[in-house]
Amino acid sequence: MAQRLLNHRAFGLLVIALIIAVAPLFFPSTFYYRMGTAIFIAALAAVGLNVLMGLAGQVSLGHAGFYGIGAYAVAVGPATFDIAPWAAIFIGIALAAAVAYLVGRPILKLRGHYLAVATLGFGILVSMVLTNEGTWTGGPDGMGVKRLVLFGYVLKDRAAWYWASAAVLLVGAVVAVNLIESPTGRALRALHDSEVAAAVNGIDVARYKLVAFVISACYASLAGSLAALSDAFITPASAGFLKSIELVTMVVLGGMGSVIGSIIGAAFLESLPQLLARMQEIEHVLLGLIIMLVMIFMRDGLFPTLARRFRRAAP
Amino acid sequence: MTLLAVDNIAIQFGGVKAVDDLSFAVEKGQIFSIIGPNGAGKTTLFNMISGIYRPSRGRVTLEGTDVTGLPPHLLARRGLSRTFQNLQIFYRMTALENVMVGCHLQERRSVLAHLLALPSVKRQNAESRDRAHALLTRVGLSADAEKDAGNLSYGALKRLEIARALASDPKLLLLDEPAAGCNHVETEEIDALIQTIAQDGVTVALVEHDMKLVMKISHRILVLDYGRKLAEGSAQEVRQNPDVIRAYLGSQASVGAAHAGT
Ligand SMILES: Nc1ncnc2c1ncn2[C@@H]1O[C@H](COP(=O)(O)OP(=O)(O)OP(=O)(O)O)[C@@H](O)[C@H]1O
Ligand SMILES: [Mg+2]
Repeated sequence: MAQRLLNHRAFGLLVIALIIAVAPLFFPSTFYYRMGTAIFIAALAAVGLNVLMGLAGQVSLGHAGFYGIGAYAVAVGPATFDIAPWAAIFIGIALAAAVAYLVGRPILKLRGHYLAVATLGFGILVSMVLTNEGTWTGGPDGMGVKRLVLFGYVLKDRAAWYWASAAVLLVGAVVAVNLIESPTGRALRALHDSEVAAAVNGIDVARYKLVAFVISACYASLAGSLAALSDAFITPASAGFLKSIELVTMVVLGGMGSVIGSIIGAAFLESLPQLLARMQEIEHVLLGLIIMLVMIFMRDGLFPTLARRFRRAAP
Repeated sequence: MTLLAVDNIAIQFGGVKAVDDLSFAVEKGQIFSIIGPNGAGKTTLFNMISGIYRPSRGRVTLEGTDVTGLPPHLLARRGLSRTFQNLQIFYRMTALENVMVGCHLQERRSVLAHLLALPSVKRQNAESRDRAHALLTRVGLSADAEKDAGNLSYGALKRLEIARALASDPKLLLLDEPAAGCNHVETEEIDALIQTIAQDGVTVALVEHDMKLVMKISHRILVLDYGRKLAEGSAQEVRQNPDVIRAYLGSQASVGAAHAGT
């Protein structure tokens, strides 16, 4: 019974929802609401990137570019074009999807390292535009972001953002699980293992790679919008190269192909620096060391490895 | 009626003419076998027919339509399916999911519906699952349905590929050495399986080194040597062809197998 439950992705999400609901009871200060929000937003982007990397097996070192598109859509849209912040979120998603479609068509023909470098270039390009387009974006110093207003309620305090971002993450996770368990999900996993066998079975490999790329870009854009809105401030650096690397690390660390893994990976990578903050100088060394150790001893990532251990332990 | 026609097809790799000016036709409902020594160009021929390689010359016609150079996924829509000599398995999926991938063309493919898990998608999944189960049963793998494909034996994977290839309901099925590496019993099972597939109206093109199997079940046999046609005809005709006997004498392949069909 325990095994069957553990195999069930929906059950895992239910457990995560419960943890999210109960966690605030143990928060010593409102700072933790803020940390939770940061985790949920990062997890949302990681869940999306997992569709591309974990399912379709295609790497992207430039997803912060889509994150940046979402973030600046809710910053620039309301500030310059007087668009309502909630509408700017959707404009950001549409823009990210369109850019992913246009960029993805040529670069998804590349494989492995070549794809990695091409996506890297894309991320840098977006980051350059955001930095240099000073009149709209405020340049490297960043810009303030108007508050999100939903049904007349201004989303401002930390607890409100905690619940809002948790809700969006859970919806995003359910959608990703839906995808995995659908014909599209099977097509993506198939082309990951053998493109030639996928094609012979009628799968349009180029189209499905593009589908995965666009979907993951939409997640990243939504996450970027939420980050900008919850912080009420955005800088180009927060959508830079390091962000792309963080997202990839979360997906790989959590366990490629696993929605729950991506959430755990994000929680791990977002909270570890906080836990290590007391170590001062050696904080970054420890962080790097822990990541290396996880990858060496849990090659499949945190969640798949732990789930397997638990399954073996349970009768 | 001709299902597949290959006309003057050729391809080369570097200086090697892997297939050279080859023509033949496969009639509907036949089991059409292609034999020849290692490196004769059998797999390369399959790769051109199934759109993985583009022939440098010549034409491939399926049901009267020129399909030369069409990509594999479009050929699949026209009813072509195949297995691979060097297995191409989705190793991170279960045996059942492997076959469900084969159902791809039967499934409705609206990504939006899939993201939202609409009731129609649930029904679709159930249909594909039933279909895949039936096919696994047909190839004798029903007990392995929920196992990861990576954990199956070589012989089982060979049959898994056949089940997956059948899932698209093909008109023409290309089998590249389905009995290679299989023991005697497994070979017999594959023999019987191919015959029932043909009886169901699927045209089969078969590449196989097991001469006993080939001689027994083929309606027509094409003998390739160095990318060229050496002979073509019934099992009887091919067996008695002096060129064939000579070619097999000259190669390391066993004459006895080619000749006497033992
Ligand atoms: N992608 C390729 N690149 C270069 N040479 C190739 C390629 N594919 C096939 N060849 C060459 O073409 C020739 C025919 O090879 P092919 O694999 O079609 O033979 P085969 O008849 O299937 O042999 P076997 O019985 O061993 O499977 C060989 O000389 C092979 O080395
Ligand atoms: Mg071969």
